[in-house]
Amino acid sequence: MATSVMEHTPSAGLGARVWSWITTTDHKRIGVLYGVTAFAFFLIGGLEALLIRLQLSHSGNTVVSAQTYNELFTMHGTTMVFLAVMPLSAAFFNFVIPLQIGARDVAFPRLNAFSYWVFLLGGLFLNASFLVGAAPNAGWFGYANLTSSQYSPGHHIDFWVLGLQVLGIASIAAGINFIVTIVNMRAPGMRLMRMPVFTWMSLVTQFIIVTAFPVITVALVFLMFDRYFGTNFYQVAAGGDVLLWQHLFWLFGHPEVYILILPAMGIISDVIPTFSRKPLFGYAVVVYSGLLIAVLGWGVWAHHMFQVGLGPIAESVFAATTMMIAIPTGVKIFNWIATMWGGRIRFTTAMLFAVGFIAMFIIGGLSGVMHSSPPADLQQTDTYFVVAHFHYVLFGGAMMGIFAGIYYWWPKVTGRLLSEGIGKTHFWLTIIGSNLAFFPMHFIGLLGMPRRIYTYDAALGLDTLNLVSTVGAFVMGTGMLVFVFNVLWSRTRGQPAGNDPWGGATLEWSISSPPPAYNFSVIPEVRSRMPLWSENGMTPVPAVPPEPVHVPPGSFWPALAATGIIVAAVGAILKSLLVVLGGGAVLIVAIYAWALEPFEV
Amino acid sequence: MKIGEWIARITRLRSRRSRLVSGIRGSAYNLSTVKDARIRHSHGSRGWTAALLLAAVAVGVSACSGEFPQSTLHPTADFSQQIDTLYRTIFWWALGVFVLVEAALLFVIIRYRERPGSPEPRHIHGSTLLEVAWTLAPAVVLVFIAVPTIRTIFRTDGTAPEGALAVEVVGHQWWWEFHYPELGITTANEMHVPQGRPVALSMTSKDVIHSFWVPKLGGKRDVMPGRTTRIAFTPDSIGEVYGQCAEFCGDSHANMRFRVVVDAPDEFERWSTGQLAGPTSVDSLSGPAQAGAQVFMTKGCLACHTIEGRSAGVLGPNLTHLASRSTIASGILPNDAEGLTRWLRDPPAEKPGSLMPKIPFTDDELAALVAYLRTLN
Repeated sequence: MATSVMEHTPSAGLGARVWSWITTTDHKRIGVLYGVTAFAFFLIGGLEALLIRLQLSHSGNTVVSAQTYNELFTMHGTTMVFLAVMPLSAAFFNFVIPLQIGARDVAFPRLNAFSYWVFLLGGLFLNASFLVGAAPNAGWFGYANLTSSQYSPGHHIDFWVLGLQVLGIASIAAGINFIVTIVNMRAPGMRLMRMPVFTWMSLVTQFIIVTAFPVITVALVFLMFDRYFGTNFYQVAAGGDVLLWQHLFWLFGHPEVYILILPAMGIISDVIPTFSRKPLFGYAVVVYSGLLIAVLGWGVWAHHMFQVGLGPIAESVFAATTMMIAIPTGVKIFNWIATMWGGRIRFTTAMLFAVGFIAMFIIGGLSGVMHSSPPADLQQTDTYFVVAHFHYVLFGGAMMGIFAGIYYWWPKVTGRLLSEGIGKTHFWLTIIGSNLAFFPMHFIGLLGMPRRIYTYDAALGLDTLNLVSTVGAFVMGTGMLVFVFNVLWSRTRGQPAGNDPWGGATLEWSISSPPPAYNFSVIPEVRSRMPLWSENGMTPVPAVPPEPVHVPPGSFWPALAATGIIVAAVGAILKSLLVVLGGGAVLIVAIYAWALEPFEV
Repeated sequence: MKIGEWIARITRLRSRRSRLVSGIRGSAYNLSTVKDARIRHSHGSRGWTAALLLAAVAVGVSACSGEFPQSTLHPTADFSQQIDTLYRTIFWWALGVFVLVEAALLFVIIRYRERPGSPEPRHIHGSTLLEVAWTLAPAVVLVFIAVPTIRTIFRTDGTAPEGALAVEVVGHQWWWEFHYPELGITTANEMHVPQGRPVALSMTSKDVIHSFWVPKLGGKRDVMPGRTTRIAFTPDSIGEVYGQCAEFCGDSHANMRFRVVVDAPDEFERWSTGQLAGPTSVDSLSGPAQAGAQVFMTKGCLACHTIEGRSAGVLGPNLTHLASRSTIASGILPNDAEGLTRWLRDPPAEKPGSLMPKIPFTDDELAALVAYLRTLN
């Protein structure tokens, strides 16, 4: 039995250290891997955005060609959704959820490692398309039949259709893992309605993931069959239907929006009470409104399709369901404001980002209500107005929330605080830059600029507004550099955090920073929703385990299984059955070895 | 201009709000100089954001004083007018909610900032009354948006009144084809319609999904292979408005532009009569134009393009009355000798991915061809 900590020691050689990261099954280290990887993809996606903005800084610009531009916006969207925001949230799921519910790890630690390696390799696979000059180029929602072999010859769409299927495996595996973890592994007394709201919103998100990803998988399998085996799901001439893709994609795509935003809403629901020194106002209502958003989110997909002409009855119904979603969303915002009302607000960087989230999400939410009205949407959809809308929601919302989470939990992860001074510079550059970049897009769209155009006519009169937006994008980019500098600076010079630098209320702040490999020396009994803010809220967690704690050793098989999957995908690109079968064989061997691995070593 | 007015009003509202905020600060705070400075500093940062937002709005105002041929905010048909009216209703509600909620947020973060000696907050867990109130309030606002929305949906569902001018729209990568079945006219990238008469479009695509969008006339509608979609509008002002494909359709999506020319009824009559006349006979041409007609017949142009009485290609736009249009290459180049020369010299360079290939013309052939095309009136 391996006892106590199996941490790498500074004396271990580089090879051993790398090996320990490849084989790790510790949710905290996997969380760090997710965070670092996803942030690297976020920077790549950001670079793509800057090139896009450079190209659009004035009419008739020629920084990049039409073909390159189409690849850039496709990969920007695909990267930000699947390789940045989702896995950044996954970094928090991994690191924070077990600590918040008082568990020693997730339910399936090796499956967790598997999810990460599939995500990493899937992300590399998608981006490798740039190296062979065949990056996906049909937009992040890749409408049929533009994606057919006839209209998209070459490998561009193959990379996309295979890459997204691979990433779906990672998401579904992680989703199941976290559902089982949250449902089964809570500490005694951690009733569902005592869970921190971040864990609650994460649980809701996992249910959306495991139900929504199969839908896009079906759509992608149809597309793959059309491209590889000559089926006709989306081939109009053979009786297929181009709208089938849109219904399937958006049936996934709208719940996906909530997959992106709910974790960030959970993060700020934990950050705001901590820095207001007040419990979350209307805890139960915030939780239920999250659940309601998830349920209603399944009934609104066709609002992405008003311009196809659904007919007045369908348009009215989907308008009504969409408008209804504004209610629980608004309720959350009111509860956050009420939480701060009467509080004692400390403006740490984490809190600034949380407040920035609310301020910007209000704008994104209101433009969303404008889109919910089909006639108004007919003028707005597929223009820069809608680009403004979803950037207010996904950058102003999801990314602001994620940054709040990074500043909030960083000391728990590393044991050191990020610099508050540099952090506030990062915040101000981000909020000024993002408003400068995204606010003018409302006007650009209303004045007639469609999205996804690599060039525009000077006669549209939109040069000035576009230039302002480009300047804003570069201000944001500078903010990101400041953040990277903060991370590097604080690694060695950040102040030691101690267990609880913020005076938090939830379980993760009861243990040391960084936490020991076993998290809790003794699993505490929880007697309150805010165990650290309540008299006698939990049983004490001694600094030293009173008896040895079993920590499972790492395993190599999850990483190998992930490799098998990606080899199969590469084989499909090469159109080599041999390589596909080889990848499949590696996967099967790895899964067997994984299943037969002794439980205790 | 109406939009300019609103933005001016927004600007006034914003300054009113900032006065309100400074009023709150003035009354609620009684601080030492140091703390005052701190507050001023932080207020300065926020002020900066507000100033930047204002600058964005100001750019918006200046933007609105210009000429915007593709604007959704300057409707010139019933369809776009109805959407505009609805959008303004929604906009005012949204603005009201925006101001209220952002003001509440600003008030809270200023009023309840941590100050030395501020007491430990009371632990309030919620209020059923408030929860019910702020669930109902947005629901009520949404009713005020939903009712006109549904009314407008049914008014703008694409059903055309009797006597509408039928136009069939066909989307191609990357140009637009327009048929007038009653008139027997086929043209490309420039649609003429008479002022004051309803127009009924039925639209389909020959390849991938496109979207027909002329913001000044109305909302966009996708143009799909295997389906027919419809919109209807009645243009109310004479003049040329811009349109553009709004659904990503491949390499040159950005170059799939077009114009709609709204003519006075008698002008439209003249235009359609002109379109029905046959092309100038080649025999009556002279010099370079006649040579150009030969180039057209021998260099492969005829395979894709129709010129009535001379060729019957259907892959590219019908050129019978090419010279009557103001632009070529789906609205990206002016239809003059220079524009035509540029286009014919290397089409894929002007329109990436263009199905029209680069044909190696000699300079003389090119000049002759341009001269010939200029006669197609």
